[in-house]
Amino acid sequence: MKKLINSVDGVVTDALTGIAAAHPSLRVDLENKVVFRASGPRPGKVALVSGGGSGHEPLHGGFVGYGMLDAACPGEVFTSPVPDQIIEATKGSDGGAGVLHIVKNYTGDVLNFEMAAELCADEGVDVVSVLVNDDVAVQDSLYTAGRRGTGATLFVEKIAGALAETDAPLSEVARVAREVNDRSRSFGVALTACTVPAAGKPTFDLPESEIELGIGIHGEPGRTRTGLSEAREIVRVAMDAINDDLPLSGDVLVMVNGMGGTPLLELYIVYAEVAAYLAEKGATPVRNLVGNYVTSLDMQGFSVTTCALTDEFRALWDAPVETPGLRWGR
Amino acid sequence: MDTSFFVAWMEEIATAVQAQRDHLTQLDAAIGDADHGSNLDRGFGEVRRALADSPPETPGAVLRLAGATLIRKVGGASGPLYGTAFRQMGRSLGDVSDISLAELSTALDAALAGVQKLGAAVEGDKTMVDALAPAVRALAKAVQDGVKAEDALSAVAAAAQEGAKATIPLQARKGRASYLGSRSAGHEDPGAASTALVLSALRTAGFRTW
Repeated sequence: MKKLINSVDGVVTDALTGIAAAHPSLRVDLENKVVFRASGPRPGKVALVSGGGSGHEPLHGGFVGYGMLDAACPGEVFTSPVPDQIIEATKGSDGGAGVLHIVKNYTGDVLNFEMAAELCADEGVDVVSVLVNDDVAVQDSLYTAGRRGTGATLFVEKIAGALAETDAPLSEVARVAREVNDRSRSFGVALTACTVPAAGKPTFDLPESEIELGIGIHGEPGRTRTGLSEAREIVRVAMDAINDDLPLSGDVLVMVNGMGGTPLLELYIVYAEVAAYLAEKGATPVRNLVGNYVTSLDMQGFSVTTCALTDEFRALWDAPVETPGLRWGR
Repeated sequence: MDTSFFVAWMEEIATAVQAQRDHLTQLDAAIGDADHGSNLDRGFGEVRRALADSPPETPGAVLRLAGATLIRKVGGASGPLYGTAFRQMGRSLGDVSDISLAELSTALDAALAGVQKLGAAVEGDKTMVDALAPAVRALAKAVQDGVKAEDALSAVAAAAQEGAKATIPLQARKGRASYLGSRSAGHEDPGAASTALVLSALRTAGFRTW
């Protein structure tokens, strides 16, 4: 394993120390491992709190700031945060209008956020949770833990975050968050595995000529393994999976997301194919993101996330945002 | 079984998990996200510290402190699930100072119920329940048959280990391994494997304290 770290045990804390040093707009509570807005809670504004395992940067800490999250709690690498962290984040960002928990659908995240939400409710903080489950590679059935939350998490955080800045009530912010998730779909592809620092070696062996289809964001193997082919064909598999689940049409917000180790050059090649595919289906990518947003450490690969935009969502997407990971209009 | 037995149990778990840390992580790398060994090692290390910092006075208090520590420190699914298991056991034991085998059996049953309520898993889903449920039955049977404590705890360990091994051919229906679909078959479930370690430590704790 070759990594830029001081020690395996200090990975998360050392990274948070760097985030605090780099971004004066954030206040990092190193003891509780929570990233807050430096400006503190604004009375009357619904607070958005998210969190999850580390290793997905800039998600979630990089999306704390005006127009998105109020606080983020990073767990150990690929491990959900603990209830204590989530409680600190929730209480520390509550401006009296309640707190929205944005939770990616993984067993650990769901359990820890549930426990934290119950304890916060006991202390009189109004908490509503929204589950993100956009990954079409997993069928939502009795035989799985349900669809994973992946790229749509960013869409939910941005669009619901913009609404919260208008002092909309908690129920309304939660409704929009759920609707963004319902209208979003993702599919991921890996060219290589990733290496979790504590494990010291790649999470799976992938021969030079093979790729994994239907991966999540934790270095877990995908649904199937297949031979490497042209980008055009790989993108078609991903887009077909999305389109079969929720047919693409009208105005679409689309993200081509790198998994951490993919050159931007290749992500743009992917985006060209995604745009061509959308045109073929009569859909228009009116807004897009191309880059590393929801990563999986050093994995090479990409995911595509689409969201069927409404006029309301488009306006909220365009609204100003000022975070380390996403900023425009302000 | 007194307070020192339950403290010894927690110490034996911490030792076993530390020794098997890489093995558990490798099992998890195959069908999950390669953090199970390191998370449990961290968690039971914290339990050991918590018990040393404020030594509880009853068996139930030992387990409640262990459970709360795991929930607070581990994260992932294993923190809340193991934490709930120990907390439910601790609640079941109340503040009795000397625990009979029958009381331990009732407590282990409460642990299983707590885990199943939280994780919504049933036997055969390829989870920790596949090791825990047979162990609960083995202990209940040992109590019914009136066997002596050492033999009862050996039966618990054997049932848990057998249950863990029996997860190998199964396809996961809960937890992160379920994302793999049929590709999850052919691997031992890391949660069942760690549960077998935890329950086998009951027997080693007995050897140490009796």
